[in-house]
Amino acid sequence: MQKVEQVTGRAVPLPLDDIDTDRIIPARYLRCVTFEGLGEHAFEDDRQQDSKHPFDDVRYKGASVLVAGRNFGCGSSREHAPQALVRWGIKAMIAESFAEIFFGNCTSNGVPCVCVTADAVKQLAAAVTANPQVPVTVDLPVLEVRCGNLKFACTMPASAHSSLTTGQWDFLAQLVEAGDEVLATAKKLPYLNGFVSA
Amino acid sequence: MSGRQNLFNRVWDLHTVRTMASGQTQLFIGQHLIHEVTSPQAFQMLRDRGLKVMFPERTLATVDHIIPTDNQARPFHDLLAEEMMSAIERNCREFGVTLLNLNDNRQGIVHIVGPEQGLTQPGITLACGDSHTSTHGAFGCIAFGIGTSQVADVLASQTMALGRPKVRRVGVDGKLHPGVFAKDVILHIIRKLGVQGGVGFAYEFAGSTFDAMTMEERMTVCNMSIEGGARCGYINPDQTTVDYLRGRPFSPQGAEFDRAAKWWLDLASKPDAEFDHKVSLQAADIEPTVTWGINPAQSVGVNEPIGAVSTFPAEEQKGIQEALDFMELKELQKLRGVKIDVAFIGSCTNGRISDLREAAKIAEGRKVSPHVKALVVPGSQLVRAQAEAEGLHEIFKAAGFQWREAGCSMCLAMNPDKLQGREICASSSNRNFKGRQGSPTGRTLLMSPAMVAAAAIEGAVADVREMM
Repeated sequence: MQKVEQVTGRAVPLPLDDIDTDRIIPARYLRCVTFEGLGEHAFEDDRQQDSKHPFDDVRYKGASVLVAGRNFGCGSSREHAPQALVRWGIKAMIAESFAEIFFGNCTSNGVPCVCVTADAVKQLAAAVTANPQVPVTVDLPVLEVRCGNLKFACTMPASAHSSLTTGQWDFLAQLVEAGDEVLATAKKLPYLNGFVSA
Repeated sequence: MSGRQNLFNRVWDLHTVRTMASGQTQLFIGQHLIHEVTSPQAFQMLRDRGLKVMFPERTLATVDHIIPTDNQARPFHDLLAEEMMSAIERNCREFGVTLLNLNDNRQGIVHIVGPEQGLTQPGITLACGDSHTSTHGAFGCIAFGIGTSQVADVLASQTMALGRPKVRRVGVDGKLHPGVFAKDVILHIIRKLGVQGGVGFAYEFAGSTFDAMTMEERMTVCNMSIEGGARCGYINPDQTTVDYLRGRPFSPQGAEFDRAAKWWLDLASKPDAEFDHKVSLQAADIEPTVTWGINPAQSVGVNEPIGAVSTFPAEEQKGIQEALDFMELKELQKLRGVKIDVAFIGSCTNGRISDLREAAKIAEGRKVSPHVKALVVPGSQLVRAQAEAEGLHEIFKAAGFQWREAGCSMCLAMNPDKLQGREICASSSNRNFKGRQGSPTGRTLLMSPAMVAAAAIEGAVADVREMM
């Protein structure tokens, strides 16, 4: 897989806390057997209730970096959520924190999610709101987020960081390679062996 | 050292295949459960790579999210839902996975079916493409909700890549007050520890309050671990666990069961087991609890006023006010007396026979308020059959509740059971997120099934203790 080291692009600010995956992609759009076409429905219900929603704001059209608050992506495990954001155009996310399943789903799709402080989220959102054209860079090798004159350290769990920057985020291929070791593990599990070794 | 290992770490080590290049563990998954919503793309990923299902006998499929709970005749009116049904039928046939379809009396919500069939056992690892997979931890196993890419990983390799979480012991001790249920316990825990308090942790729920619970109550608690941010929650196996599993279709039988029970009981964290973090709560502090906001931590006791916005941390106040505005509630208001439009009893949180029994006790001899639409949706066909054998359906119907077929129903907006417009629903489900129950502007008040029954009868949020 391709190494994911730097993402640079215009950003869309959504600095709210506890945005759940039902809001990112309402459940009715999970009635599908592929992930195609989800992009246009990202945040659909929020957008219908807020005519000024950033995802409808022409100034942020073409943005590829999402700036969010705390616990982004909580709730349902639906991978349709990151898939919808990716299909909308998002290539990297910056937030105060992410929910765990959502974070893993993003990493499995090569989408880096980095954490910055609440204050950094506030400053980034303000900078992007003031000038939506300003590019934002998520730089994984040096774990930094840059935007105009602003520069913040960011964090990412070491395993996701290493998987993305070395291009080894195709977990399926790696897992399948270890077939013999998987069988060896199965042989020592009491419940797969009549509990005789327990 | 292993004597001081908690159950989580012991089971994790047992299932470790290897450490991957990223530092994550390749973890063997003992039982995989799938359903129609998060599996079609995963099967396609296998097809695209020419992969097979490695252990087809260790994956079980059922259908729950999209199925109608009234008219289940095929093809479904909803053609998208029908397409998903066809997809899981085709995928299971092609890849050799057993499917408990609508015409199988074992069909139901995946997290109700697994335990009911004896597939969920202590000491195993279990995964399912659904965040409420934490439910299965009630048996002392490690159970994770996963995304679709990981469903493909488990199908193709019976393993997944995962970082080892820390383990927090969430202790609750003492006897619950009458009218306080497992649902109130977990809502109270989430209120105290927050919706993201559990991120990075597995929760071990331990203490005399959980010891005294039935397996079904324990499942309700573990089910909502994810609502507190913890992907995994569990309770140590004990004699209650062993007794529940004896004689289930997929449980070990005969002498093998006795060997299994010995191993299961030995897995439990010992009194001197080590944890990364511990918290302690008291059962006596827990009241019948109701959510007032748009996440499951935003709750209060039924007779307790919602806090003043100014008493919340400064950075949360804007979000708190937005939640109150969405719900059309005010700070310092009490939930009791808030008028409801819909009452929903069911879901993987509270759709088991004991939940229906508690709700029926409240419904018996009473009438649902004329303005309330009330639904009882059993979590599985077996729960439904048991309830009918006990006559619970007659109690519900006489009271004015609709008696439905098994499925996820109004917990989420993927089948015909949905809120309309600004309706407000007293719900025994697990999420009060904006739009969760099918109307983008619909509102959800989470509470125990008995409290939902009480609200249905009152036509407004009520204190179930006055109706017991």
